Amino acid sequence: MAAPVNSVGKPSAERPPFNSTSFQKKTRSKLISIPGTRPSVQNGQLLVSTGVTSLDYLLGGGLAVGTVLLIEEDRFDSYSRMILKYFLAEGVVCRHELFVASAQDNPDDILQELPAPILDDVAIHKPVEQPRLSCEPQDNLDAMKIAWRYQNLPKVQSALASSSRFGHYYDVSKTMEPEIRQAAKCHRFYLPEHPTQSSTTHSRMIESYSALLKSLQEVIHREGFDLSTPMSMSRNILRVGLHSLGSALWNDDLSCHDDPMHSHALTTFLYGLRALLRSSLSVAVVTVPSHLIQDRALMGNITRLCDNAIALESFKGSERETNPLYKDYHGLLHVRQVPHLNCLASQLPDHKDLAFKLKRKQFSIERLHLPPDLSETVSRVSRGELAGAAAVASACGSGTSGNKHLDF
Amino acid sequence: MFTELNSILNATPDSFTQGEFILVSDRQSDASFLIHHFLSFYLRARCKVCFLGLVQSFSHYSAISQRLGVSLTQAREKGQLIFLEGLKESLSILIPQETTTGSQAMDFLRDPTVGLQRLYEFVRSSVRSDGGGEEGVEEWGPPVLLVDDVSVLLSLGVSAGAVLDFSHYCRATVCSQLQGNIVMLVRCHGEDAEDDGSDEGSEWLLKGVTHQCSLTLHVQGLPTGYCRDIHGQVEVCWRRRRGDGQHTQKKLFQYKVHDKGASFFAPGTSSAVL
Repeated sequence: MAAPVNSVGKPSAERPPFNSTSFQKKTRSKLISIPGTRPSVQNGQLLVSTGVTSLDYLLGGGLAVGTVLLIEEDRFDSYSRMILKYFLAEGVVCRHELFVASAQDNPDDILQELPAPILDDVAIHKPVEQPRLSCEPQDNLDAMKIAWRYQNLPKVQSALASSSRFGHYYDVSKTMEPEIRQAAKCHRFYLPEHPTQSSTTHSRMIESYSALLKSLQEVIHREGFDLSTPMSMSRNILRVGLHSLGSALWNDDLSCHDDPMHSHALTTFLYGLRALLRSSLSVAVVTVPSHLIQDRALMGNITRLCDNAIALESFKGSERETNPLYKDYHGLLHVRQVPHLNCLASQLPDHKDLAFKLKRKQFSIERLHLPPDLSETVSRVSRGELAGAAAVASACGSGTSGNKHLDF
Repeated sequence: MFTELNSILNATPDSFTQGEFILVSDRQSDASFLIHHFLSFYLRARCKVCFLGLVQSFSHYSAISQRLGVSLTQAREKGQLIFLEGLKESLSILIPQETTTGSQAMDFLRDPTVGLQRLYEFVRSSVRSDGGGEEGVEEWGPPVLLVDDVSVLLSLGVSAGAVLDFSHYCRATVCSQLQGNIVMLVRCHGEDAEDDGSDEGSEWLLKGVTHQCSLTLHVQGLPTGYCRDIHGQVEVCWRRRRGDGQHTQKKLFQYKVHDKGASFFAPGTSSAVL
């Protein structure tokens, strides 16, 4: 559960003598106002922005403090890395502290690539890319003469965004100014710099994960993110970015073998990470190269140990890149799991067929919507080439025989 | 406590069958809302509850139980509820420190091949009332063990056989000896009946626990796809053991989870449809 909003009233007699987890509703104490956070409208959780406003909307307003967002990487780790950089850049802009851990690239390199925030722009988000319904020009909105049965149906809203100014926008063609970046406090964990201790581990975790968990706990204790410390000083949020856990560079053979020796190392680490996060004011984004992990059951376990989970599937290098149906998008986004914290119901997304596009000033996630094809010869590509959920029902679904007329 | 579920199960806080082993399972779904129902149900029935909360923090359960009308902090203070907060206890074991604090219940994290004996000992000491009733200690009803959830033990390296041993020991102690109830949550993955051949499968665990239990509630998504108004279906299966052999009775319901409860209805009669 995320850190609570203090304004929720509750009789203080039920409050235990000490607050040891981050999800207790604190009573009659001063309001926590941490920059860059806001309470959720659904259940009063403390939310932070992921840096991508459409992703915030998908996750129910933002990422709850104390939770983990799992990103299943796309094949070349381009877009998942981009989202990680957005997340860290948002932390710099909101003046949170950062903790970056990586085994592949030096965390300093990741930090130097952060996108530049668009700070002088007033954040008016225009809904971009109206659906290309060529049958509906703007002046005909009042009366449809032919398709009058469709008059009362709502127009397809492709762009997903909330209209608050909670998140910021970034320009990916520029990197963040060093002055802005150095204003934020950043803790690094670069695996090659930590010598592997040959001492026996105390659990199923391998040494690299143990060292990472220990280092993270030290940072949390030292910098005062722990919720058990008294609330004397001003509180801040720690943003934890863990890059490519489960890959071979972390000395983990999850992605190398069908039957890995350390099959429970990553899951034990994620359990410990959840324990750490639930008791501190921090939020984590973890990327995992799930396309390398053959065992789907293991991937299910990993997903369940994280709170939010999304998977990215980019079209780069696949045959979908040249498919005309996908030419507006860079890839598909699947929401694997949405948490329910402090409440019974979770905020399920409206639609499950989502596609993303990385534009210069925005990472947009939109509902994959196919406009009706109104050319004279109605030609459909075969059902097998589409994403499945977005397939428009075609009368004759075989693509190999070329164009088919739809005869009524 | 969901009133519709009480009528489906023919149970009220004043009268419910004792000695029952209830299995709550799900497949590609989240059945933890049923755990919250049973927690508030048994607390209202004035039973002594031992709750192994292995996946969420205490305040998560407390906040939800508050909405269902039960206060977990009060129950814990009065001694009615014994709560094992798995996440908190695990940190001291996963990150070794000089002083070991807390109970040794999560010791299986240190070496999962050892098994869940310490966890069982924790359960046993919790459900047995210690001593007699001195100092006006309130008398609680039969003990109840709730586990949320058992599948995370498999993720942490414990073998399915050890988990089955643990559930068998708990059943012998709680259900047979003390005439209490057990509710366990087992979570499975998408592909059903995927035989991995080894003992390490959650399917194997699910089959084993299903055999031991007397009532199962299996939560799944709708077979026809994703729907915002109907969150899934629940299949309730009674496995009666008394009288004339095995007599199973199955019922299927669809459900929707609200903020303060869940509603259950016969398939096709959702308010979104009618």
